Amino acid sequence: MITIKKYLKAESLEQAYELNQKKNNRIIAGMLWVKMGSNTIQTAIDLSDVVSASVSEHPDAFIIGAMTSLRTLETHKGLHEYTQGAMKESLRHIVGVQFRNMATVGGSIHGRYGFSDVLTMFLAMDSYVELYKEGIIPLEEYANRKRSKDIIINIIVKKEDLRMAYLSQRNTQTDFPTLACAVSFGKKGKRVVIGARPQKAMIIEAEESALEIPESQKDKLADVLSGQVEAQVITGSNMRASAEYRRHLARVLTRRACLQILEGGAEKSC
Amino acid sequence: MLVKMWINGEAIRDHIDPDMLLLDFVRRHGCASVKRGCETSNCGLCTVMLEGKPILSCSMLAARAEGMHVMTLEGIQEEAREFGSFMAGQGADQCGFCNPGFIMNVLAMIRELTDPTEEEIKEYLEGNLCRCSGFVSQLRSIMEYLKYKKGEQDGSGK
Amino acid sequence: MDRVNENLNTVNQPIYKKDAMALVTGQPVYTDDIAPSECLIVKVLRSPHAHALIHTISTEAAKKVPGIACILTYEDVPHKRFTMAGQTYPEPSPYDRYILDRRLRFVGDAVAIVAGKNEKAVDKALKKIKVTYEVLEPVLDFHKSKDNPILVHPEEDWVALCDVGADNKRNLCCQGTEGSGDLDAVMAECEYVVEGTYHTKACQQAMMETFRTYTEMDAYGRLKVTSSTQIPFHVRRILSTALDIPKSRIRVCKPRIGGGFGAKQSVVTEVFPAIVTLKTGKPAKMIYTRYESQICSSPRHEMEVTVRVGADKNGIIQAIDMYTLSNAGAYGEHAPTTITLTSCKSIPLYGKARAYRFTYEAVYTNTMGAGAYRGYGATQGIFAVESAVNELAVKMNMDPVRLREINMVQEGQVMPAYYGEICGSCALDRCMAKAREMMDWDAKYPARDMGNGKVRAVGVAMAMQGSSISNVDVASATIKLNDNGFYSLSIGASDMGTGCDTILAQMAAEELRCPVEEIAVHGVDTDISPYDSGSYASSTTYLTGRAVVKACRELKEKIDQYSREHPGLTLKEIGNECMCNNNIALEVTATNSSPVSPPPFMVGMAEVEVDTETGSVEVLDFVGVVDCGTPINPNLARVQAEGGIVQGIGMALYENIQFNGKGQMLNNSFMQYKIPSRQDIGKIRVEFESSYEPQGPFGAKSIGEIVINTSSPAIAHAIYNATGKRFHELPITPEKIVMGE
Repeated sequence: MITIKKYLKAESLEQAYELNQKKNNRIIAGMLWVKMGSNTIQTAIDLSDVVSASVSEHPDAFIIGAMTSLRTLETHKGLHEYTQGAMKESLRHIVGVQFRNMATVGGSIHGRYGFSDVLTMFLAMDSYVELYKEGIIPLEEYANRKRSKDIIINIIVKKEDLRMAYLSQRNTQTDFPTLACAVSFGKKGKRVVIGARPQKAMIIEAEESALEIPESQKDKLADVLSGQVEAQVITGSNMRASAEYRRHLARVLTRRACLQILEGGAEKSC
Repeated sequence: MLVKMWINGEAIRDHIDPDMLLLDFVRRHGCASVKRGCETSNCGLCTVMLEGKPILSCSMLAARAEGMHVMTLEGIQEEAREFGSFMAGQGADQCGFCNPGFIMNVLAMIRELTDPTEEEIKEYLEGNLCRCSGFVSQLRSIMEYLKYKKGEQDGSGK
Repeated sequence: MDRVNENLNTVNQPIYKKDAMALVTGQPVYTDDIAPSECLIVKVLRSPHAHALIHTISTEAAKKVPGIACILTYEDVPHKRFTMAGQTYPEPSPYDRYILDRRLRFVGDAVAIVAGKNEKAVDKALKKIKVTYEVLEPVLDFHKSKDNPILVHPEEDWVALCDVGADNKRNLCCQGTEGSGDLDAVMAECEYVVEGTYHTKACQQAMMETFRTYTEMDAYGRLKVTSSTQIPFHVRRILSTALDIPKSRIRVCKPRIGGGFGAKQSVVTEVFPAIVTLKTGKPAKMIYTRYESQICSSPRHEMEVTVRVGADKNGIIQAIDMYTLSNAGAYGEHAPTTITLTSCKSIPLYGKARAYRFTYEAVYTNTMGAGAYRGYGATQGIFAVESAVNELAVKMNMDPVRLREINMVQEGQVMPAYYGEICGSCALDRCMAKAREMMDWDAKYPARDMGNGKVRAVGVAMAMQGSSISNVDVASATIKLNDNGFYSLSIGASDMGTGCDTILAQMAAEELRCPVEEIAVHGVDTDISPYDSGSYASSTTYLTGRAVVKACRELKEKIDQYSREHPGLTLKEIGNECMCNNNIALEVTATNSSPVSPPPFMVGMAEVEVDTETGSVEVLDFVGVVDCGTPINPNLARVQAEGGIVQGIGMALYENIQFNGKGQMLNNSFMQYKIPSRQDIGKIRVEFESSYEPQGPFGAKSIGEIVINTSSPAIAHAIYNATGKRFHELPITPEKIVMGE
């Protein structure tokens, strides 16, 4: 159990930011991961009053407050439609409703956890992180940086003509994924994100040879794209699965997700 | 530090350590129904409603519930008895240790979903573990209870 | 059903559990709910090493932490070895531990005990204890343990009370061989022989309430122990040995228990607060974390069972040869007894076999000690034998259901591998017929390709267990008549959520011809309750049930005697008048042991869908048909079966205990040790095909344990039928299905 010396509900972002610069102070979001540590936190900074916990849909984007719960994302109609059910699919396995009522999107993104369904999902979309000091940067760039002391205010998903699917493999239904796979076909091309490799999610952009294949040749496209993923994905072994099995899964799930998109997207998948 | 919140409608003020968990706080204030089953937010035994939403009290700082309304099974005894009798009717109560958290989430589900299907029920309650029952008798209890509540509503509508 | 429902009013009825409404409304009835608020918090410093000696240990700084009441090390505890196994004295489990020892034998072993006013103080003190360890090489692999130069228990005062072939200088916790018939000769004659080695893991019972105990000194200067235990009377005896105080100074009470499944048939937490209370005079409590419940408790024994099954040309199983290697872990609780069940509760399923041989060895290793878990060795043995029989069916090109039909044990047969008992009641044939019909086996066996890489297939297994330990277990019940004619029933068996308080009251109500509400039940208090070995070995319904029946019959005689002396009184009047000027005690205690242990039987059939590309297995449907004799409470019996089947599904598919190279357990939480959630479960359908057990109360046998035994072999069989891959090791994970065997 962690030790918290002082708890403070921040009254302004500036106050939260200032406090967060100190080494032993820490922002608490959903607190689900933080609480499992055994360290000592001098001041726990609660952002509840200064960071939004809701999703607002605009003609060109979704602006998602960093304190938005995973449950809110999961049940958001606009996101559900925009992602053809992938948003819900990426979240529904995460422990349980009570957990998802607490875990926040900001916490998940900030943590860049290897097992993260959330990061995998958002990397497959045209997503940005809005930081208090630094402003808006692409999620991909944020995910590859070291953790900083800046504060995430919003996650922004820019709308495009997007088709996507999300699939994951788990040893039990509510376990961490053995492998997670998000595939999106958007304006920038075709993108596959593989999470729980078990390292942090990695993006694999479709190569020319896949992009050349007309979408009417569904199986061929799915085969080529999943073959590229299998060749490029870097996997590792842990207690849940071996690197070899994960590589195999990366191909299988990519292929299936690809076909799901090409066949018009099933809202429910395996 | 001083916190104020409502537990089952009663205003509570207490001095606490900043890292006290809501679970320990409500147990200290007479809500022994709320149980701890793990340290990793996986079992659902500590489920309470915070501002009407089911959450895990083991993962929430008491300090964070400042000014909020917390509901435990102690606060909804009538509903607990009503639904609980359907569990007893199946022998689904078993050791009982998971029952309060489970029932809290069932009652939260009933508030949130209308006419849930079996699949939706399983999904809503997936975070509530039980090692005795194998879950099927719990599901039977819920289906019977929903049927009964529906009959009650239809009856009153006539 | 024979003789069931014959004028029965309360037995065989789905009556609500007596404690149901208290449980569903969340009343404070469990150990931690009723512990005094002034209890000292007790925690244990745990060994970071799998094998080490404490070189130095300094508690000075820790003792200075404000609020600390007591810190104990190996120098402060009695040097009397004992076992934590809850078994009848003399225990077959070796006396191989102190409360705290200088030698640490697994990662998590107890180094020091800290008690203080609150958790924060205790946590702080734990960090301030300075220990230097002499780190020793551990023996982690149970294949390499026997006669390894590294000894887990080199100590001179190690002792085995029973002759179980134990030898601490060879890391042997027990060994032996037994059999009947000329195994080698009969096997040589067999037309078909299959052989395989089956590996099962140290699954955790994972009951929702972790281990916990509180202790206090009572007004008479005695140690009162309130504990979540299945074995209150054994706890009294074990504490007396461990603490080196007279048994007369100890009282043990059992409140409601949040599940046990055998875990609480060992003394896991009791010694720690008990010694703190003895040393300080203050109430003390120990509440295990889930982490502790995972890494230092009493899980199933990891075993490797090698089995050879031989059949003649007609498919009649003639010989079964079994060798079992069991991993006792660091301490020997239940090791000598679980291992023998691998054979004696699997081999007798095949009633026509002319010979069997069973060889066994349980070895110490530097991993967590094991204990008792539902099925108690039978589960491991049945996984091996039933898997082998399914392989035999393939070899003979015979339907595995048919193969069982022509081989299964029948009423009246002698069971040489089962203590030579005669099978007195058995509806295994009807169980098989019913399961076959429910599953639509003939249409579904073996498999159907569903397209998209999905294959559906079915699998089958049989199982048996016992009902109490014959000639060992003792059960007692006290029944008395009270004013207005209601009765009180006192039992020494622990209701751990299974509902035994209720089913025993049902039996009493049936005998006394009264509503079950007129029977008040009192749980266990060793000062008050009549002696009972405890709730384990599937004994309560069968053994304590019979004690209840005996007591009620004797009480009826006494009431009749009273009636003869005071004619014309109603029961209510007798209850009232016997409290004035009366010399006849309307109270009876009856005790019961059984010369036999009648086996319940079960057939389990699984239908799975395997995704052959990802290896995912979905258990779509599991049919369990059980012969537990007369189900005393059909609802509770059904839930036992459903719960057991689901635990078995977890064991079959994902419950996995893994250690790293240093002996640290990786699956140390519910985040890393996944038990089934309701999303992992398909249909579970349970029916009863009851025989009538003449030795049992109202024809009843046991139900609690057998129900876990068919899941893994039936599921492994179904996966084989789906994939053609035969799995010898549990759990069968998706990765193994795609990449493995």
